Amino acid sequence: MQISSSPHVHSGVTVEKIMWGVVIALLPATIGSVYFFGARVIAVLGVSIGVSALLELAIKKGNIRDGSALLTGLLLAFNLPPGVPLWVVAVGAFFAVAIVKQAFGGLGCNIFNPALGGRVFLMAAWPSHMTSGWHAPHAVRGVAAVSGATPLAILKEGSAVMEGLPEWRELFFGNVSGCIGETSVLLLLIGAIFLLCKRYITWHVPFSFIGTVAAFTLIAEKSIPNGFIFHILAGGLFLGAFFMATDYVTSPITPKGKLIFGIGCGIITSVIRLYGGYPEGVSYSILLMNAATPLIDRHTRLRVFGERKKSNA
Amino acid sequence: MRRVSFKHGIHPPEKKETTRSKPIEDFPLPKKVIIPLSQHTGRPNESIVKKGERVETGQLIGETSAFISSPVHASLSGIVSAIEPRPHPLGMKVQSVVIESDEKDEWISASDAVQGSPDNIKDLIKSAGIAGLGGAAFPTHVKLSPPANKKIEFLIINGAECEPYLTSDERVMLEYSAAIVEGIEILKKVLGVEKVVLGIELNKPECIAAMSKAVQGKDIEIVGLKTKYPQGGEKQLIKAILGREVPRRGLPLDVGCVVQNVGTVVAVRDAVIKKKPLIERVVTVTGSAVEEPKNLRVRIGTPFIELLNFCNFQKDSAGKVIMGGPMMGISQHNLDVPVIKGTSGILAMKKEEVIEYNHRQCIRCARCVESCPVYLMPYEISLASESDRFDIAEKLGVFDCIECGVCGYVCPATRHMTHLMKKAKTYANFLKSSRS
Ligand code: SF4
Ligand code: SF4
Repeated sequence: MQISSSPHVHSGVTVEKIMWGVVIALLPATIGSVYFFGARVIAVLGVSIGVSALLELAIKKGNIRDGSALLTGLLLAFNLPPGVPLWVVAVGAFFAVAIVKQAFGGLGCNIFNPALGGRVFLMAAWPSHMTSGWHAPHAVRGVAAVSGATPLAILKEGSAVMEGLPEWRELFFGNVSGCIGETSVLLLLIGAIFLLCKRYITWHVPFSFIGTVAAFTLIAEKSIPNGFIFHILAGGLFLGAFFMATDYVTSPITPKGKLIFGIGCGIITSVIRLYGGYPEGVSYSILLMNAATPLIDRHTRLRVFGERKKSNA
Repeated sequence: MRRVSFKHGIHPPEKKETTRSKPIEDFPLPKKVIIPLSQHTGRPNESIVKKGERVETGQLIGETSAFISSPVHASLSGIVSAIEPRPHPLGMKVQSVVIESDEKDEWISASDAVQGSPDNIKDLIKSAGIAGLGGAAFPTHVKLSPPANKKIEFLIINGAECEPYLTSDERVMLEYSAAIVEGIEILKKVLGVEKVVLGIELNKPECIAAMSKAVQGKDIEIVGLKTKYPQGGEKQLIKAILGREVPRRGLPLDVGCVVQNVGTVVAVRDAVIKKKPLIERVVTVTGSAVEEPKNLRVRIGTPFIELLNFCNFQKDSAGKVIMGGPMMGISQHNLDVPVIKGTSGILAMKKEEVIEYNHRQCIRCARCVESCPVYLMPYEISLASESDRFDIAEKLGVFDCIECGVCGYVCPATRHMTHLMKKAKTYANFLKSSRS
């Protein structure tokens, strides 16, 4: 007879299930990206996922099955322009898995979100590759081979080029230029709802993140009418809020901490977009808040059952 | 009827269907019983019988003068064949009295079995060896003796039975509703309380109906508890019913409550009205490795294996046998261990049902934090315990942990959460005692 400590049953929700669940949630957006930007996306995805998985195998053999390396590769590719050179992709994947994740001790020990760490490293090292290579959707297949500047970049350029701004409807469906996986709010939402229903993520981070961006830009964005809707739909906000900022390892653990984290991300994103040098600030905001996570955790501890509330102690 | 609940907790599959409709059956007298001298929380008893001596059913065989203790009685008539350490369901070996049955089951006279005058009900309860039948086996007379400065307002009767699989309390509520009410009246008198609340989980509508009928005309409130684990934990029960939080490291009496399990209430009633000591209890024998699961009335000291075989135990396919439920129960190595006062169930799982907790790095998913019924941060404590930082574990509140198993159940990294909690408590206590 086997002897072990209680409990003797388990919920059945394992690390593998969660990681593969997130991969499944990203499938609609993955398929959408191939549709919007063409077959080259497949090559980027392949290199990113392949390098991540191989590195994970090489560094920590046992862990490949948990699917986290595949997820990192997928998310990194989602955050790259469709036309990025493949060697840049490979370097990014190396940095994400070998440095940001495994050098800190692997899944569970890393401080920064690996995919975002990879992306920001590439932005710093090869800014030109990371800010060009935009494809207007369908450009590769020659449907509408127009300029590929991203909507947020157009907004940043100012009123001279404003007529290039896409309609909200196109932003929602994803028929705009941008990073591989970030453009279609609709397809990302389908995955997000799946994750929420499965309880693989909670509402706290994404809702407070997006809500804060909405509130901030409602007040501060004056260059276009109803700019806050544009800010919600454009860029990588949905991808970041639902799939990157919710990363367990690098975000706070209590509900209150998660709300603070989301609000912080929202403020930093808005400030960068409105007043900073970059058109987009989602990645930076999440990484900065990743760094603040231990601090947030320390100050948002739960009140232990039966502990007298301060007020009546 | 009020419907109440507590925060956090989980919803494991209930698995009660197989035994909930099976009436309590008498298990035939065993050939021998093994009665551990320590079955309760508190000081172990000393044997007062000798090897070779004849004892009668109900005869006192072990006692101690300590207040926090509970005597033990012979559960059969026969000859004491050994007094020696024997395997105990809680692990270690424990000094035990082994009685070979003479198959006559001759009872000692009631007044000899349970001594004390009726005006001192607490003495009767102590003398009858009553201890909490919910699992912890805390001596009942101690719970009924609050210090004079604590005013007890509420008697709360625990009919939650929130552990999956177990149905012994459920059957007791259905078959002994009148006895429960009589027991409650006795306890009311002992404690001098007016208000009594009986909490029953809503997954037992028949019990709610039966008890509602039984309490008609009495001042006993029945409250429906939302089905959630661990609703039957004392602190969770009080929080749900009264909205009061037992202070950290405090007791229910700090918020004016005494909690008793329904099975214990019936035992109290038998002790006081019939002068019957605690020599038998209801045990649910269940799980995929028994073909005919049952609720059995069993003499204390009956070896597990006999109960299992009585329910058509599939020895070859069995992978784990647990005393209690799957969340808090204790897995057994030796199936000759005896039923003790706290044995609410025996759960036999098939090999393929036994899960491996393959301990891995915490991924900070927050599931344990969102589910812990005492609002701890189990992941942090588990990390501290893992690296032998028991001082940190203590600061993080490991002594508030009720070892309910919730954090382990939800952990996707299948960490040995509850084990790490117990480890931290044991070592922290050990370090403290060795320092002083
Ligand atoms: S075992 Fe302890 S730490 Fe884990 S959930 Fe239960 S009370 Fe909380
Ligand atoms: S449930 Fe397990 S993996 Fe999740 S935070 Fe708790 S200990 Fe870590």
